[in-house]
Amino acid sequence: MNSVLKLILDGEALDTAQIGRILGMGPEAVDRELSALRQQGVLLGMRPVLNPGFESEHRVRAVIEIKVRTEGVGGFDAIAERIAAFEQVESCYLMSGGYDLLVVVTADNLYKVAGFVHERLARIDGVQGTSTHFFLRAYKKDGFVVSADGAGRDRPSVSP
Amino acid sequence: MDSSGRFVARHVATLPKSGIRDFFAIVSKMKDAVSLGIGEPDFVTPYHIREAAISSLEKGRTSYTDNRGTQQFREEVSRYVARNYGPEYDPDTEILGTIGVSEALDILLRATLDPGDKVLYHEPCYVSYAPSVALCHAEAIPIRTVSADQFALDPAALRAAWRPGCKLLVLNFPTNPTGGTADRAKLEAIAKFAVEKDLLVASDEIYSELTFEGDHVSIASLPGMRERTVFLHGFSKAFAMTGFRIGYACGPAAVIDGMLKVHQYGIMCAPIMSQEAAVEALRNGRDSMLHMRDKYRERRDFIVRRFNELGLKCHLPRGAFYAFPDITSTGLDSMTFAQKLLEQQKVAMVPGNAFGAAGAGFCRASFSTSYERIHEAGERIARFLDGLPRR
Repeated sequence: MNSVLKLILDGEALDTAQIGRILGMGPEAVDRELSALRQQGVLLGMRPVLNPGFESEHRVRAVIEIKVRTEGVGGFDAIAERIAAFEQVESCYLMSGGYDLLVVVTADNLYKVAGFVHERLARIDGVQGTSTHFFLRAYKKDGFVVSADGAGRDRPSVSP
Repeated sequence: MDSSGRFVARHVATLPKSGIRDFFAIVSKMKDAVSLGIGEPDFVTPYHIREAAISSLEKGRTSYTDNRGTQQFREEVSRYVARNYGPEYDPDTEILGTIGVSEALDILLRATLDPGDKVLYHEPCYVSYAPSVALCHAEAIPIRTVSADQFALDPAALRAAWRPGCKLLVLNFPTNPTGGTADRAKLEAIAKFAVEKDLLVASDEIYSELTFEGDHVSIASLPGMRERTVFLHGFSKAFAMTGFRIGYACGPAAVIDGMLKVHQYGIMCAPIMSQEAAVEALRNGRDSMLHMRDKYRERRDFIVRRFNELGLKCHLPRGAFYAFPDITSTGLDSMTFAQKLLEQQKVAMVPGNAFGAAGAGFCRASFSTSYERIHEAGERIARFLDGLPRR
């Protein structure tokens, strides 16, 4: 794996100068690597991982399972791409199992999510049914444990 | 006023306290200190190993075990040691489960040393070797290892240090705090000397899986050494299991029997859930171990390069997870360097002389911590060095 990508995926908060110093390359070289990764479509973007406790004061997040009918509407891709285009949609996946699409949405409040489901999703030709679940509390997010009593809490800072 | 000190035995009263303890007391009160003083993996024990311990508890397996450890534990240790180090040990008579290598070494010393016996060991070294020898009323004889030799033990220095009455030689490769290793040629020369002088060898190989350059060779695997070597190993470093406190000793039956006597009266047995977690580590822990080793190697390359860029000459440690930069270019001694660095920039490194006189002029920096912290420590050390008077 590309060494810059490997380092970013470790999840540490490092800027390009720091990455360069760690990998023994200049910051310009790191920027070039990152641009190349973007152009290749490997790296879609970089965002901070916020504590969901902080986030939930301002946003609600829900996961929506969607069953679809593909005949006459252009297949899964056409429907999925249409749904993915909504700004409320954070991620959208085609799934195996009891439903077809899994969509994660965020909105300012519960009513806005409800409005999105009723007024947008349900009106799309091919959407046969939805099941909406709201996130209540996060214990781990993107590999980061959220609870306070995590590993290493009592680790001495100096030991033999 | 507490006058209970009069009850403390003389040889304990005169034993110096570990320099690391004092340092820890200061650092632990500091809020935003960056510590490079941590002598344990920063990884959590791999989940499948934790799960084995959880499963052991769920099944209600909370009893004592055989003093030597469960049959399953000893058989698995026997297979692992034969596969990775060479010598084959009989699980019934030649293997003893212990509370980490610390206990294994302690009971080996107590089982083999008579008052006045002499013990050779190489310095800088882990903090407990000399005190543990002193607690046996025996004499510890340090052999200096040097940076130019990447802190490997020079067989000529060993020969020069030997004196009549030497009974035991303690080896620790890779070495805490220097990351020094010993190649086959050096070990062969050391082995030859041990045979010539009829020395028992205690080989602490706790960091052996974390060897970055070349293959680790155990002295126990060399001709004529199995019968005079006690191989000491554990799970703390390679499998990130420090809190499990589990290790083992493999050696000739009579020595293991002697150790067993001390162990059964003092300890009884290693905790059963730790033994069961250890079995899981030996059976299925290789991938996790290799992953952690790769991470340590990457961080090693960064921290060593950084020290050298900063003008603190640092050799490339060939194993373990410590860099051991030479700080003499600053004009400060190890303790002053570490104290000032901590006071001025809140970076904790352990003064090299905490690991014996041969560590003077060096500091130990653990790279068992995140890139963010290593990077931040590097920036702070750079500021600290800038603030020192020009030489």
